[in-house]
This record gives sequence, C-alpha cells and structure tokens, in this order.
Amino acid sequence: MTGKAQYTQFHPRWYRPRVPVLWWLRRRSYLLFVLRELSSVFVAWFVVFLLLLVYAVAQGPQDYQRFLDWSAAPGIILLNAVALSFVVIHSVTWLFMLSPHAMAVRLRGRRLPAAAIGAGNLVAWVLVSAIVLFLVLG
Amino acid sequence: MADLITLRVTRYRPENDTEPTTQDYEIPLRKEWAVLDGLNHIKDHLDGTLSYRWSCRMGICGSCGMTVNGEPRLTCATFLEDCAPGPIRVEPLRNFPVIRDLVVEIGDFMRKLPQVKPWVIREEEASIDSEYLQTPAELDQYKQFSMCINCMLCYSACPVYALDKDFLGPAAIALAQRYNLDSRDQGSAERMDVLSAAEGIWSCTFVGECTTACPKGVDPAGAIQRYKFTAAMESLKAFLLPRGTR
Repeated sequence: MTGKAQYTQFHPRWYRPRVPVLWWLRRRSYLLFVLRELSSVFVAWFVVFLLLLVYAVAQGPQDYQRFLDWSAAPGIILLNAVALSFVVIHSVTWLFMLSPHAMAVRLRGRRLPAAAIGAGNLVAWVLVSAIVLFLVLG
Repeated sequence: MADLITLRVTRYRPENDTEPTTQDYEIPLRKEWAVLDGLNHIKDHLDGTLSYRWSCRMGICGSCGMTVNGEPRLTCATFLEDCAPGPIRVEPLRNFPVIRDLVVEIGDFMRKLPQVKPWVIREEEASIDSEYLQTPAELDQYKQFSMCINCMLCYSACPVYALDKDFLGPAAIALAQRYNLDSRDQGSAERMDVLSAAEGIWSCTFVGECTTACPKGVDPAGAIQRYKFTAAMESLKAFLLPRGTR
C-alpha cells in the first residue's frame, strides 16, 4: 500500500427532534415543575404586599386604613387568592416533596428515609404556624 | 396459537427519510419477553433492517435505553406483559439526535463526562504494596452513585437538558459526586469549577424526573441538590475565611 489511507469523516443526517412549545403539558411532573417555578413570582408578590403593609402601618392610621381599603378591592383579593394557591403549591412541593430528597441526614450511621424528613418538616411547619398564630391572636 | 402484541416502532432511515415514521410489527406476547426480546424477534424474523443498540440483556450495560410508551426505559427491563394490550410505542431516547431508527447520538455526554474527572484523584500515590482501606460506612457514602450505567435515561427525562444542551446533566454530576464522596479521593477541588459553573449544578431546577427515570436507583437529582449545598458552603468559606484556613 502506498501513501497514507484517506479517511473521509462520515456525516450522517441526524434527525434532531424539536422540543414542542407545550412540552410542559406532556407529563404531570413537568406541569407541577412549571407551576412550582411560576409560584416564585407569587411568593415575591407576597413579600411586596407585606412590605407595603409595613410601610402603611409605619405611616400612621390614615395610611393603614387606605391600605386596608385598597386590599379589599376585588382585583387585589382575586390576585391574593391566586397568589395564596401558588404559595401553597410552593410550600407543599418544597417542604414535603423536594427537600426530603435533597437532604441527606444521617442518624447513627444510617441515612434517614425521605418520609421521616418530610414528617420533620411538617412538624416544624405546624410549630412555626402555631407561634405565628399565638403572636397574632394572643 | 400464542397471543400477539403490536410493537409500534419509530423508524428513521436518513438515506430516505426527512423525519421519522412508525412501523407496526406483530410479535408473540410471551410472559418472559421484555421489549428488547420483541425487537430481537423483529430483527431475526421479521425485518432485518431495524437498528437499535443492545448488549447485556440484564440492566448492566446501559445500551438499550429507549422511549417505551412515552417513558424513558431500559427495554431489557420492560416486559411486554406489563405493557399489554398494546400497541407498544417504541421510540428512540428523547433529547438526543437520532442517527437511525432507535439509535441515538450520545457524543454530547461522552464529551462532558471526562470534564468532571470521574476517577479517583490522589495528591500522592501510596506505595504499590499498600491498600486504600475503606470502612463499610465510607463505602456507603458513594455506593449509590457508583451504580450509574450511563444509560442516558436521566438525560432523556430531563426537561432542562431538552431546552439547554450546555447543561452538564444528571449522570455526569452524579458520577462526579461518586468520586467526591469517596474517602480515597482528593480531587473534589479539581471538579468544583466544572460542577459549580452556571451550566453545572445551577442549571438544575430540581424537576426530579432523572431520579424517577433511573433504573439503578442512583438519585441524580439528590446528588445535584446536595452538591449545590456543598458549592454554596465553599463559596461562603472562600468569601469569609482568609486564604490559609480554607
């Protein structure tokens, strides 16, 4: 054989499937994921709402009353109702579905099962809620 | 006469087709047959032109991953009977270019994998006579991640990888963690730059589908979230502590 063998690289025509625009409707878990990502917008809205409330309280009774009237408008109530449902999705998915799987807690050399961590989070949540309720109502 | 079941197989012949089509094959429905046995029956008896990858038939080699009825599965571990009455849709793995029929191109993963240095890195090698001893508890730290067979089901299930091909991906990160958590390894600092880049762990939004899809119980999603914590602590340390104490 004379000279070096000439190789031509093989260029197959690969088929590259496109991701459909509605890919997140393909599976329940994808939909839940997209809703969870979206929920952060509503968490941010609640933070803004809380800051507006604190600001109004700091300004005095008149501003506070004006804030209450504004909050009672149907549009704001609707927005807050939607926000509440998203914040519930946010809390439930993070506290009970995701963080138990992300946390590797070891006790006496053995890894705690995810359900135990989820239960721990639930107990912590109930305790914090009870303290908040006590502060507000007590 | 034995019962029959239909396999609706995606075909793509690049020399003729511009996009994939489907072809139905009637195969015997046998209790002990997995989808892969069905494909082998087609290849041997019905249509020798069908292309797909397989090797071990026992969930070790990671070659036979395909999309079965819309789910990423090892076809050697997916039994026909569990998919009855059919037709069973057999498609190539999602999120990869298709070379032919059910064969996908996984070069992207093969280029990413060595970037995380998935091997034991030592600052100094011990002498050839000594061993690196490890307790069962130390083995237990990383054993789960060492079960990965590179079958690509996690990449196929991951919507982040579908949308952003630069994402390092679940298996590569889980395999990096396999070595990071190994008591014999001293290379975690070398892996850090690649892992904690924007295309590394921080691209992951914890959909969790990689863990659901994994046939070996590796839990890549858990590995990624745990590494996020490690990376965040390291950044915090780098920010707060003087250089010598890190």
